[in-house]
Amino acid sequence: MTLRTSPGDFSRSLLQSSTITNALKPRAAARRRSLRLGRAIPYGWTFGPLLLILAWSVGAAAGWIDPRSLPAPWTVISTAIDLATEGRLQENLLVSLQRVSEGFALGVLAGVLIGLVAGLSRVGEYLVDGIIQIKRAIPTLALIPLLMLYLGIGEGMKITIIALTVFIPVYINLHAYLRAIDSRYVELADTLRLRYRDFVRHIVLPGALPGLLLGLRFGVTGSWLALVVVEQINATSGIGYMINLAGSYGQINIVLVGLVLYAAMGFISDATIRFIQKRVLTWQRTFAN
Amino acid sequence: MAADIRELNSTPTVRARNLVRGFSGRGVLNGLDIDIHKGEFVALLGRSGSGKSTLLRALATLDHGVAGSGELRMPEEISVVFQDARLLPWKRVLDNVTLGLEGDDVRGRALEALAEVELAGREAAWPYELSGGEQQRVALARSLVRAPELLLADEPFGALDALTRIRMHDLLQRLCQRHRPAVLLVTHDVDEAIKLADRVLVLEAGKLAREFPINNEQRQDQNQLHALRAALLQQMGVYVDSNKPARALATH
Repeated sequence: MTLRTSPGDFSRSLLQSSTITNALKPRAAARRRSLRLGRAIPYGWTFGPLLLILAWSVGAAAGWIDPRSLPAPWTVISTAIDLATEGRLQENLLVSLQRVSEGFALGVLAGVLIGLVAGLSRVGEYLVDGIIQIKRAIPTLALIPLLMLYLGIGEGMKITIIALTVFIPVYINLHAYLRAIDSRYVELADTLRLRYRDFVRHIVLPGALPGLLLGLRFGVTGSWLALVVVEQINATSGIGYMINLAGSYGQINIVLVGLVLYAAMGFISDATIRFIQKRVLTWQRTFAN
Repeated sequence: MAADIRELNSTPTVRARNLVRGFSGRGVLNGLDIDIHKGEFVALLGRSGSGKSTLLRALATLDHGVAGSGELRMPEEISVVFQDARLLPWKRVLDNVTLGLEGDDVRGRALEALAEVELAGREAAWPYELSGGEQQRVALARSLVRAPELLLADEPFGALDALTRIRMHDLLQRLCQRHRPAVLLVTHDVDEAIKLADRVLVLEAGKLAREFPINNEQRQDQNQLHALRAALLQQMGVYVDSNKPARALATH
Protein backbone atom coordinates (compact mmCIF):
# COMPACT_ATOMS: atom_id res chain seq x y z
CA MET A 1 0.00 0.00 0.00
CA THR A 2 1.29 3.43 -0.80
CA LEU A 3 0.56 6.56 1.11
CA ARG A 4 0.28 8.62 -2.01
CA THR A 5 -3.30 9.88 -2.29
CA SER A 6 -5.05 10.98 -5.41
CA PRO A 7 -6.95 14.29 -5.41
CA GLY A 8 -10.24 12.33 -5.27
CA ASP A 9 -9.18 10.51 -2.13
CA PHE A 10 -8.08 13.76 -0.69
CA SER A 11 -11.40 15.53 -1.11
CA ARG A 12 -13.34 12.52 0.12
CA SER A 13 -11.23 12.32 3.27
CA LEU A 14 -11.72 16.00 3.73
CA LEU A 15 -15.45 15.50 3.70
CA GLN A 16 -15.23 12.68 6.22
CA SER A 17 -13.12 14.55 8.68
CA SER A 18 -12.26 18.16 8.63
CA THR A 19 -9.88 17.93 11.59
CA ILE A 20 -7.23 15.99 9.70
CA THR A 21 -5.57 18.55 7.54
CA ASN A 22 -1.81 18.52 7.27
CA ALA A 23 -1.39 14.78 7.13
CA LEU A 24 -3.61 14.46 4.11
CA LYS A 25 -2.18 17.22 2.01
CA PRO A 26 -1.01 15.53 -1.20
CA ARG A 27 2.45 17.05 -0.89
CA ALA A 28 2.99 15.72 2.59
CA ALA A 29 1.68 12.29 1.64
CA ALA A 30 4.22 11.82 -1.16
CA ARG A 31 6.87 9.92 0.73
CA ARG A 32 10.56 10.45 0.39
CA ARG A 33 12.23 7.75 -1.65
CA SER A 34 13.89 5.13 0.55
CA LEU A 35 17.66 5.08 0.44
CA ARG A 36 17.73 1.32 0.86
CA LEU A 37 18.19 -1.08 -2.04
CA GLY A 38 14.71 -2.54 -1.75
CA ARG A 39 13.58 -6.04 -0.99
CA ALA A 40 15.70 -8.98 -2.19
CA ILE A 41 14.09 -11.39 -4.67
CA PRO A 42 14.90 -15.09 -4.22
CA TYR A 43 17.20 -16.35 -7.02
CA GLY A 44 17.37 -12.80 -8.30
CA TRP A 45 20.98 -13.40 -9.35
CA THR A 46 19.73 -15.72 -12.14
CA PHE A 47 18.05 -12.82 -13.97
CA GLY A 48 21.24 -11.66 -15.68
CA PRO A 49 22.38 -15.08 -16.94
CA LEU A 50 18.84 -15.96 -18.08
CA LEU A 51 18.58 -12.69 -19.97
CA LEU A 52 21.91 -13.44 -21.65
CA ILE A 53 20.72 -16.90 -22.72
CA LEU A 54 17.50 -15.36 -23.99
CA ALA A 55 19.43 -12.83 -26.09
CA TRP A 56 21.65 -15.63 -27.39
CA SER A 57 18.59 -17.75 -28.34
CA VAL A 58 16.78 -14.87 -30.03
CA GLY A 59 19.91 -13.87 -31.90
CA ALA A 60 20.49 -17.44 -33.09
CA ALA A 61 16.85 -18.01 -34.12
CA ALA A 62 16.70 -14.72 -36.01
CA GLY A 63 19.94 -15.52 -37.79
CA TRP A 64 21.76 -12.48 -36.36
CA ILE A 65 24.52 -14.64 -34.87
CA ASP A 66 26.77 -16.56 -37.26
CA PRO A 67 26.58 -20.22 -36.11
CA ARG A 68 30.25 -20.67 -37.13
CA SER A 69 31.33 -18.26 -34.39
CA LEU A 70 28.57 -19.03 -31.86
CA PRO A 71 26.19 -21.96 -32.38
CA ALA A 72 22.66 -21.75 -30.99
CA PRO A 73 21.99 -22.92 -27.42
CA TRP A 74 19.97 -25.89 -28.68
CA THR A 75 22.90 -26.93 -30.89
CA VAL A 76 25.10 -27.00 -27.79
CA ILE A 77 22.50 -29.09 -25.94
CA SER A 78 22.08 -31.56 -28.82
CA THR A 79 25.88 -31.80 -29.15
CA ALA A 80 26.09 -32.60 -25.43
CA ILE A 81 23.45 -35.32 -25.89
CA ASP A 82 25.35 -36.76 -28.87
CA LEU A 83 28.61 -36.77 -26.91
CA ALA A 84 26.87 -38.43 -23.97
CA THR A 85 25.37 -41.20 -26.11
CA GLU A 86 28.79 -41.82 -27.65
CA GLY A 87 30.15 -42.01 -24.09
CA ARG A 88 32.86 -39.39 -24.72
CA LEU A 89 31.27 -36.84 -22.42
CA GLN A 90 31.16 -39.02 -19.30
CA GLU A 91 34.56 -40.51 -20.02
CA ASN A 92 36.30 -37.14 -20.24
CA LEU A 93 34.32 -35.67 -17.40
CA LEU A 94 35.24 -38.55 -15.11
CA VAL A 95 38.94 -38.21 -15.92
CA SER A 96 38.81 -34.48 -15.19
CA LEU A 97 36.85 -35.00 -11.98
CA GLN A 98 39.36 -37.57 -10.82
CA ARG A 99 42.30 -35.24 -11.49
CA VAL A 100 40.66 -32.38 -9.66
CA SER A 101 39.57 -34.43 -6.67
CA GLU A 102 42.94 -36.12 -6.25
CA GLY A 103 44.82 -32.85 -6.60
CA PHE A 104 42.37 -31.05 -4.33
CA ALA A 105 42.55 -33.73 -1.63
CA LEU A 106 46.35 -33.75 -1.70
CA GLY A 107 46.53 -29.95 -1.63
CA VAL A 108 44.10 -29.68 1.28
CA LEU A 109 45.91 -32.39 3.24
CA ALA A 110 49.27 -30.69 2.79
CA GLY A 111 47.81 -27.24 3.43
CA VAL A 112 46.15 -28.33 6.67
CA LEU A 113 49.15 -30.28 8.00
CA ILE A 114 51.74 -27.63 7.20
CA GLY A 115 49.33 -24.86 8.21
CA LEU A 116 48.96 -26.48 11.63
CA VAL A 117 52.72 -26.88 12.00
CA ALA A 118 53.31 -23.22 11.18
CA GLY A 119 50.24 -21.97 13.04
CA LEU A 120 50.77 -23.80 16.31
CA SER A 121 54.51 -23.44 16.83
CA ARG A 122 57.04 -20.70 16.38
CA VAL A 123 59.80 -23.08 15.27
CA GLY A 124 57.41 -24.60 12.75
CA GLU A 125 56.61 -21.16 11.40
CA TYR A 126 60.28 -20.21 11.10
CA LEU A 127 61.04 -23.41 9.23
CA VAL A 128 58.07 -23.46 6.90
CA ASP A 129 56.50 -20.07 6.41
CA GLY A 130 59.39 -18.31 4.67
CA ILE A 131 59.67 -21.04 2.07
CA ILE A 132 55.96 -20.93 1.37
CA GLN A 133 55.91 -17.14 1.09
CA ILE A 134 58.67 -17.42 -1.54
CA LYS A 135 56.79 -20.21 -3.32
CA ARG A 136 53.68 -18.08 -3.22
CA ALA A 137 55.45 -15.35 -5.15
CA ILE A 138 56.04 -17.80 -8.02
CA PRO A 139 52.82 -18.61 -9.88
CA THR A 140 52.32 -22.36 -9.72
CA LEU A 141 51.66 -22.48 -13.45
CA ALA A 142 55.17 -21.12 -14.02
CA LEU A 143 56.49 -24.29 -12.38
CA ILE A 144 55.02 -26.50 -15.10
CA PRO A 145 58.22 -26.78 -17.19
CA LEU A 146 60.22 -27.75 -14.11
CA LEU A 147 57.66 -30.26 -12.92
CA MET A 148 57.48 -31.75 -16.40
CA LEU A 149 61.24 -32.37 -16.21
CA TYR A 150 60.90 -34.01 -12.78
CA LEU A 151 57.61 -35.86 -13.10
CA GLY A 152 57.14 -36.28 -16.84
CA ILE A 153 53.94 -35.37 -18.60
CA GLY A 154 51.69 -37.98 -17.00
CA GLU A 155 49.02 -37.79 -14.33
CA GLY A 156 51.59 -37.25 -11.54
CA MET A 157 52.60 -33.87 -12.93
CA LYS A 158 48.99 -32.81 -13.52
CA ILE A 159 47.85 -33.74 -10.04
CA THR A 160 50.90 -32.09 -8.47
CA ILE A 161 50.15 -28.81 -10.23
CA ILE A 162 46.53 -28.90 -9.03
CA ALA A 163 47.61 -29.83 -5.50
CA LEU A 164 50.13 -26.97 -5.36
CA THR A 165 47.48 -24.52 -6.53
CA VAL A 166 45.11 -25.69 -3.79
CA PHE A 167 47.78 -25.90 -1.11
CA ILE A 168 48.69 -22.21 -1.08
CA PRO A 169 45.31 -20.63 -0.19
CA VAL A 170 44.50 -23.40 2.30
CA TYR A 171 47.82 -22.90 4.05
CA ILE A 172 47.73 -19.10 3.96
CA ASN A 173 44.21 -18.76 5.37
CA LEU A 174 44.50 -21.50 7.98
CA HIS A 175 47.82 -20.14 9.19
CA ALA A 176 46.53 -16.58 9.33
CA TYR A 177 43.43 -17.56 11.31
CA LEU A 178 45.39 -19.78 13.70
CA ARG A 179 47.64 -16.80 14.45
CA ALA A 180 44.76 -14.36 14.74
CA ILE A 181 43.06 -16.09 17.68
CA ASP A 182 41.76 -13.29 19.90
CA SER A 183 44.14 -12.70 22.80
CA ARG A 184 41.11 -12.30 25.07
CA TYR A 185 40.34 -15.97 24.54
CA VAL A 186 43.94 -16.88 25.34
CA GLU A 187 43.53 -14.93 28.58
CA LEU A 188 40.27 -16.75 29.28
CA ALA A 189 41.94 -20.12 28.71
CA ASP A 190 44.64 -18.98 31.12
CA THR A 191 42.17 -18.15 33.88
CA LEU A 192 40.26 -21.40 33.31
CA ARG A 193 43.60 -23.23 33.49
CA LEU A 194 42.98 -25.09 30.26
CA ARG A 195 45.60 -27.64 29.35
CA TYR A 196 47.40 -26.91 26.10
CA ARG A 197 45.63 -29.81 24.40
CA ASP A 198 42.20 -28.50 25.42
CA PHE A 199 43.17 -24.95 24.52
CA VAL A 200 44.01 -26.06 20.98
CA ARG A 201 40.94 -28.25 20.72
CA HIS A 202 38.34 -25.88 22.14
CA ILE A 203 39.72 -22.47 21.23
CA VAL A 204 42.40 -22.46 18.55
CA LEU A 205 41.01 -25.01 16.11
CA PRO A 206 37.35 -23.94 16.13
CA GLY A 207 38.48 -20.32 15.96
CA ALA A 208 40.54 -21.07 12.84
CA LEU A 209 37.81 -23.09 11.15
CA PRO A 210 36.42 -20.11 9.20
CA GLY A 211 39.92 -19.58 7.81
CA LEU A 212 40.18 -23.18 6.70
CA LEU A 213 36.83 -22.96 4.94
CA LEU A 214 37.82 -19.72 3.26
CA GLY A 215 41.00 -21.43 2.06
CA LEU A 216 38.95 -24.33 0.74
CA ARG A 217 36.80 -21.97 -1.30
CA PHE A 218 39.80 -20.28 -2.88
CA GLY A 219 41.38 -23.70 -3.32
CA VAL A 220 38.45 -25.30 -5.08
CA THR A 221 38.24 -22.44 -7.57
CA GLY A 222 41.99 -22.64 -8.13
CA SER A 223 41.85 -26.39 -8.69
CA TRP A 224 39.59 -25.99 -11.74
CA LEU A 225 41.79 -23.23 -13.08
CA ALA A 226 44.86 -25.44 -12.78
CA LEU A 227 42.98 -28.32 -14.39
CA VAL A 228 42.18 -26.24 -17.46
CA VAL A 229 45.85 -25.43 -17.89
CA VAL A 230 47.27 -28.92 -17.28
CA GLU A 231 44.71 -30.49 -19.59
CA GLN A 232 46.05 -28.38 -22.44
CA ILE A 233 49.49 -29.98 -22.01
CA ASN A 234 49.90 -33.37 -23.61
CA ALA A 235 46.63 -34.68 -22.26
CA THR A 236 44.91 -37.56 -24.07
CA SER A 237 41.72 -37.37 -22.05
CA GLY A 238 39.67 -34.97 -19.97
CA ILE A 239 37.42 -32.03 -20.74
CA GLY A 240 40.39 -29.83 -21.56
CA TYR A 241 41.63 -32.39 -24.08
CA MET A 242 38.14 -32.59 -25.58
CA ILE A 243 38.02 -28.79 -25.94
CA ASN A 244 41.50 -28.62 -27.43
CA LEU A 245 40.86 -31.35 -29.94
CA ALA A 246 37.52 -29.86 -30.99
CA GLY A 247 39.16 -26.45 -31.26
CA SER A 248 41.74 -27.68 -33.71
CA TYR A 249 38.97 -29.19 -35.87
CA GLY A 250 36.86 -26.06 -35.63
CA GLN A 251 34.05 -27.90 -33.79
CA ILE A 252 32.98 -24.88 -31.85
CA ASN A 253 29.82 -26.54 -30.50
CA ILE A 254 31.96 -29.14 -28.66
CA VAL A 255 34.20 -26.35 -27.35
CA LEU A 256 31.10 -24.71 -25.91
CA VAL A 257 29.93 -27.97 -24.29
CA GLY A 258 33.34 -28.21 -22.60
CA LEU A 259 33.16 -24.64 -21.36
CA VAL A 260 29.66 -25.18 -19.98
CA LEU A 261 30.92 -28.29 -18.18
CA TYR A 262 33.81 -26.35 -16.63
CA ALA A 263 31.41 -23.64 -15.51
CA ALA A 264 28.97 -26.15 -14.03
CA MET A 265 31.70 -28.08 -12.20
CA GLY A 266 33.28 -24.91 -10.84
CA PHE A 267 29.93 -23.62 -9.68
CA ILE A 268 28.84 -26.91 -8.08
CA SER A 269 32.09 -27.36 -6.17
CA ASP A 270 32.03 -23.78 -4.88
CA ALA A 271 28.38 -24.16 -3.87
CA THR A 272 29.27 -27.38 -2.03
CA ILE A 273 31.96 -25.64 0.02
CA ARG A 274 29.58 -22.76 0.74
CA PHE A 275 26.96 -25.25 1.90
CA ILE A 276 29.49 -26.91 4.23
CA GLN A 277 30.50 -23.45 5.46
CA LYS A 278 26.91 -22.67 6.35
CA ARG A 279 26.43 -25.94 8.18
CA VAL A 280 29.70 -25.87 10.09
CA LEU A 281 29.59 -22.19 11.05
CA THR A 282 26.02 -22.06 12.38
CA TRP A 283 27.40 -20.13 15.37
CA GLN A 284 28.18 -17.15 13.18
CA ARG A 285 25.49 -14.54 13.28
CA THR A 286 26.14 -13.52 9.68
CA PHE A 287 25.17 -16.96 8.44
CA ALA A 288 22.27 -17.46 10.83
CA ASN A 289 20.55 -14.30 9.70
CA MET B 1 34.68 -3.30 63.73
CA ALA B 2 34.24 -6.14 61.26
CA ALA B 3 37.84 -5.95 60.09
CA ASP B 4 39.15 -6.67 63.58
CA ILE B 5 37.08 -9.80 63.93
CA ARG B 6 38.35 -11.01 60.58
CA GLU B 7 41.94 -10.46 61.62
CA LEU B 8 41.38 -12.66 64.63
CA ASN B 9 39.43 -15.58 63.30
CA SER B 10 41.17 -16.75 60.16
CA THR B 11 44.02 -16.43 57.75
CA PRO B 12 43.00 -14.40 54.72
CA THR B 13 42.15 -16.08 51.41
CA VAL B 14 44.29 -13.54 49.60
CA ARG B 15 47.31 -11.93 51.13
CA ALA B 16 49.63 -9.60 49.28
CA ARG B 17 52.50 -7.73 50.86
CA ASN B 18 54.68 -5.07 49.33
CA LEU B 19 53.40 -5.92 45.87
CA VAL B 20 55.34 -4.17 43.11
CA ARG B 21 54.55 -4.25 39.41
CA GLY B 22 55.87 -2.04 36.69
CA PHE B 23 55.93 -1.54 32.96
CA SER B 24 59.13 -0.41 31.26
CA GLY B 25 60.59 1.05 34.43
CA ARG B 26 57.43 2.91 35.49
CA GLY B 27 55.97 1.61 38.72
CA VAL B 28 52.25 0.85 38.55
CA LEU B 29 51.89 -0.95 41.86
CA ASN B 30 54.26 0.48 44.45
CA GLY B 31 54.39 -1.71 47.51
CA LEU B 32 50.72 -2.58 47.85
CA ASP B 33 49.35 -4.58 50.81
CA ILE B 34 45.96 -6.28 50.65
CA ASP B 35 44.09 -9.00 52.53
CA ILE B 36 40.76 -10.47 51.46
CA HIS B 37 38.98 -12.98 53.67
CA LYS B 38 36.61 -15.77 52.84
CA GLY B 39 33.12 -14.45 52.19
CA GLU B 40 34.29 -10.88 52.11
CA PHE B 41 33.22 -8.60 49.27
CA VAL B 42 35.85 -5.99 48.52
CA ALA B 43 35.41 -3.27 45.94
CA LEU B 44 38.41 -1.55 44.46
CA LEU B 45 37.95 2.02 43.28
CA GLY B 46 40.45 4.28 41.64
CA ARG B 47 40.98 6.70 38.84
CA SER B 48 42.07 5.29 35.52
CA GLY B 49 45.78 4.68 35.64
CA SER B 50 45.75 4.10 39.39
CA GLY B 51 46.70 0.45 38.93
CA LYS B 52 43.30 -1.24 39.40
CA SER B 53 43.62 -3.50 36.40
CA THR B 54 47.26 -4.24 37.10
CA LEU B 55 46.38 -5.40 40.60
CA LEU B 56 43.55 -7.57 39.33
CA ARG B 57 45.76 -9.09 36.68
CA ALA B 58 48.48 -9.73 39.25
CA LEU B 59 45.99 -11.54 41.50
CA ALA B 60 44.63 -13.49 38.51
CA THR B 61 48.25 -14.36 37.62
CA LEU B 62 47.58 -13.04 34.14
CA ASP B 63 50.61 -10.74 34.24
CA HIS B 64 53.15 -12.97 32.57
CA GLY B 65 56.30 -11.12 31.72
CA VAL B 66 55.48 -8.07 33.87
CA ALA B 67 58.36 -7.04 36.09
CA GLY B 68 57.54 -7.17 39.78
CA SER B 69 58.18 -8.40 43.27
CA GLY B 70 56.40 -8.91 46.57
CA GLU B 71 54.76 -11.59 48.61
CA LEU B 72 51.54 -13.02 47.20
CA ARG B 73 49.50 -15.82 48.70
CA MET B 74 46.59 -16.97 46.60
CA PRO B 75 44.02 -19.79 46.81
CA GLU B 76 43.90 -22.71 44.38
CA GLU B 77 40.56 -21.91 42.76
CA ILE B 78 40.34 -18.45 41.23
CA SER B 79 37.68 -17.32 38.80
CA VAL B 80 37.72 -14.17 36.74
CA VAL B 81 34.73 -12.32 35.32
CA PHE B 82 35.75 -9.83 32.66
CA GLN B 83 34.03 -6.69 31.46
CA ASP B 84 32.99 -8.54 28.32
CA ALA B 85 31.31 -11.90 28.87
CA ARG B 86 34.07 -13.52 26.83
CA LEU B 87 32.02 -16.49 25.69
CA LEU B 88 33.41 -18.59 22.88
CA PRO B 89 31.05 -17.81 19.99
CA TRP B 90 31.49 -21.32 18.53
CA LYS B 91 30.31 -23.08 21.66
CA ARG B 92 26.77 -23.34 22.95
CA VAL B 93 25.98 -21.90 26.37
CA LEU B 94 26.42 -25.21 28.20
CA ASP B 95 29.78 -25.93 26.56
CA ASN B 96 30.95 -22.46 27.45
CA VAL B 97 30.15 -23.14 31.10
CA THR B 98 31.83 -26.56 31.14
CA LEU B 99 34.94 -25.33 29.29
CA GLY B 100 37.94 -26.93 31.00
CA LEU B 101 35.78 -28.18 33.86
CA GLU B 102 36.78 -31.50 35.39
CA GLY B 103 35.36 -33.97 37.88
CA ASP B 104 32.06 -35.83 38.17
CA ASP B 105 28.85 -34.89 36.42
CA VAL B 106 30.23 -31.85 34.67
CA ARG B 107 26.99 -31.40 32.76
CA GLY B 108 24.78 -31.61 35.83
CA ARG B 109 26.87 -29.07 37.70
CA ALA B 110 26.84 -26.70 34.73
CA LEU B 111 23.06 -26.97 34.40
CA GLU B 112 22.74 -26.20 38.08
CA ALA B 113 24.95 -23.13 37.73
CA LEU B 114 22.90 -21.95 34.76
CA ALA B 115 19.73 -22.35 36.80
CA GLU B 116 21.32 -20.27 39.55
CA VAL B 117 21.88 -17.39 37.17
CA GLU B 118 18.28 -17.77 35.96
CA LEU B 119 19.21 -19.23 32.59
CA ALA B 120 17.68 -22.68 32.98
CA GLY B 121 16.62 -24.01 29.60
CA ARG B 122 18.99 -21.81 27.62
CA GLU B 123 21.89 -24.29 27.66
CA ALA B 124 21.60 -25.09 23.94
CA ALA B 125 21.58 -21.44 22.80
CA TRP B 126 24.45 -19.88 20.89
CA PRO B 127 26.05 -16.87 22.59
CA TYR B 128 24.92 -14.50 19.83
CA GLU B 129 21.32 -15.38 20.61
CA LEU B 130 21.64 -13.94 24.13
CA SER B 131 21.38 -10.34 25.30
CA GLY B 132 24.38 -8.63 26.88
CA GLY B 133 23.05 -9.25 30.39
CA GLU B 134 22.35 -12.91 29.65
CA GLN B 135 25.84 -13.36 28.25
CA GLN B 136 27.33 -11.88 31.39
CA ARG B 137 25.17 -14.27 33.45
CA VAL B 138 26.61 -17.20 31.50
CA ALA B 139 30.06 -15.85 32.35
CA LEU B 140 29.02 -15.76 36.03
CA ALA B 141 27.80 -19.36 35.80
CA ARG B 142 31.10 -20.35 34.20
CA SER B 143 32.90 -18.81 37.17
CA LEU B 144 30.61 -20.19 39.87
CA VAL B 145 30.57 -23.76 38.62
CA ARG B 146 34.27 -23.92 39.52
CA ALA B 147 33.42 -23.16 43.19
CA PRO B 148 36.07 -20.43 43.38
CA GLU B 149 37.64 -19.41 46.65
CA LEU B 150 38.38 -16.07 45.04
CA LEU B 151 36.20 -14.30 42.50
CA LEU B 152 37.89 -11.50 40.61
CA ALA B 153 35.60 -9.22 38.65
CA ASP B 154 36.96 -6.53 36.33
CA GLU B 155 34.17 -3.97 35.84
CA PRO B 156 31.79 -6.82 35.02
CA PHE B 157 28.75 -4.57 34.63
CA GLY B 158 30.43 -1.71 32.83
CA ALA B 159 29.02 -2.63 29.44
CA LEU B 160 25.44 -3.23 30.59
CA ASP B 161 22.51 -0.83 30.56
CA ALA B 162 21.39 0.70 33.85
CA LEU B 163 18.37 -1.57 34.40
CA THR B 164 20.24 -4.75 33.62
CA ARG B 165 23.04 -3.58 35.90
CA ILE B 166 20.68 -3.28 38.88
CA ARG B 167 19.39 -6.81 38.32
CA MET B 168 22.93 -8.12 37.96
CA HIS B 169 23.92 -6.42 41.24
CA ASP B 170 21.15 -8.27 43.06
CA LEU B 171 22.04 -11.55 41.40
CA LEU B 172 25.73 -11.23 42.22
CA GLN B 173 24.90 -10.32 45.80
CA ARG B 174 22.66 -13.38 46.24
CA LEU B 175 25.21 -15.69 44.64
CA CYS B 176 28.04 -14.39 46.79
CA GLN B 177 25.98 -14.76 49.96
CA ARG B 178 25.23 -18.36 49.02
CA HIS B 179 28.70 -19.45 47.90
CA ARG B 180 30.79 -17.11 50.06
CA PRO B 181 33.92 -16.71 47.98
CA ALA B 182 36.32 -13.87 48.64
CA VAL B 183 35.41 -11.23 46.06
CA LEU B 184 37.43 -8.42 44.56
CA LEU B 185 35.32 -6.19 42.35
CA VAL B 186 37.17 -3.60 40.32
CA THR B 187 34.88 -0.74 39.39
CA HIS B 188 34.84 3.00 38.85
CA ASP B 189 31.22 3.30 39.91
CA VAL B 190 31.10 4.65 43.46
CA ASP B 191 27.45 3.70 43.94
CA GLU B 192 28.05 0.17 42.77
CA ALA B 193 30.93 -0.16 45.23
CA ILE B 194 28.84 1.14 48.14
CA LYS B 195 25.90 -1.06 47.25
CA LEU B 196 27.80 -4.33 46.97
CA ALA B 197 30.95 -4.21 49.06
CA ASP B 198 31.71 -4.88 52.72
CA ARG B 199 34.83 -2.82 52.27
CA VAL B 200 35.79 -0.27 49.64
CA LEU B 201 39.44 0.31 48.87
CA VAL B 202 40.67 3.33 46.98
CA LEU B 203 43.80 2.83 44.95
CA GLU B 204 46.03 5.78 44.28
CA ALA B 205 49.40 5.80 42.54
CA GLY B 206 49.82 2.07 43.01
CA LYS B 207 49.06 2.00 46.72
CA LEU B 208 45.91 1.63 48.79
CA ALA B 209 45.17 5.22 49.71
CA ARG B 210 42.22 4.59 51.98
CA GLU B 211 39.87 1.93 53.18
CA PHE B 212 36.14 2.43 53.84
CA PRO B 213 34.29 -0.32 55.73
CA ILE B 214 30.62 -0.22 54.79
CA ASN B 215 27.60 -1.49 56.68
CA ASN B 216 23.88 -1.55 56.06
CA GLU B 217 23.24 1.35 58.43
CA GLN B 218 25.30 3.61 56.18
CA ARG B 219 23.51 2.36 53.08
CA GLN B 220 20.07 3.07 54.55
CA ASP B 221 20.72 6.44 56.15
CA GLN B 222 20.61 9.11 53.44
CA ASN B 223 22.93 11.50 55.26
CA GLN B 224 25.57 8.89 55.98
CA LEU B 225 25.26 7.64 52.41
CA HIS B 226 25.87 11.09 50.94
CA ALA B 227 28.79 11.69 53.24
CA LEU B 228 30.34 8.36 52.34
CA ARG B 229 29.86 8.96 48.64
CA ALA B 230 31.38 12.42 48.89
CA ALA B 231 34.33 11.06 50.85
CA LEU B 232 34.94 8.33 48.27
CA LEU B 233 34.70 10.77 45.38
CA GLN B 234 36.97 13.22 47.16
CA GLN B 235 39.48 10.44 47.67
CA MET B 236 39.47 10.01 43.92
CA GLY B 237 39.91 13.71 43.29
CA VAL B 238 36.29 14.72 42.66
CA TYR B 239 35.09 17.41 45.05
CA VAL B 240 31.36 17.66 45.70
CA ASP B 241 29.06 19.36 48.14
CA SER B 242 28.20 16.54 50.53
CA ASN B 243 24.68 17.91 51.02
CA LYS B 244 23.75 17.27 47.44
CA PRO B 245 23.61 13.99 45.56
CA ALA B 246 27.06 13.60 44.02
CA ARG B 247 26.08 11.55 41.10
CA ALA B 248 25.65 14.31 38.54
CA LEU B 249 29.11 15.63 39.24
CA ALA B 250 30.80 12.29 39.33
CA THR B 251 31.35 12.01 35.65
CA HIS B 252 34.83 11.66 34.32
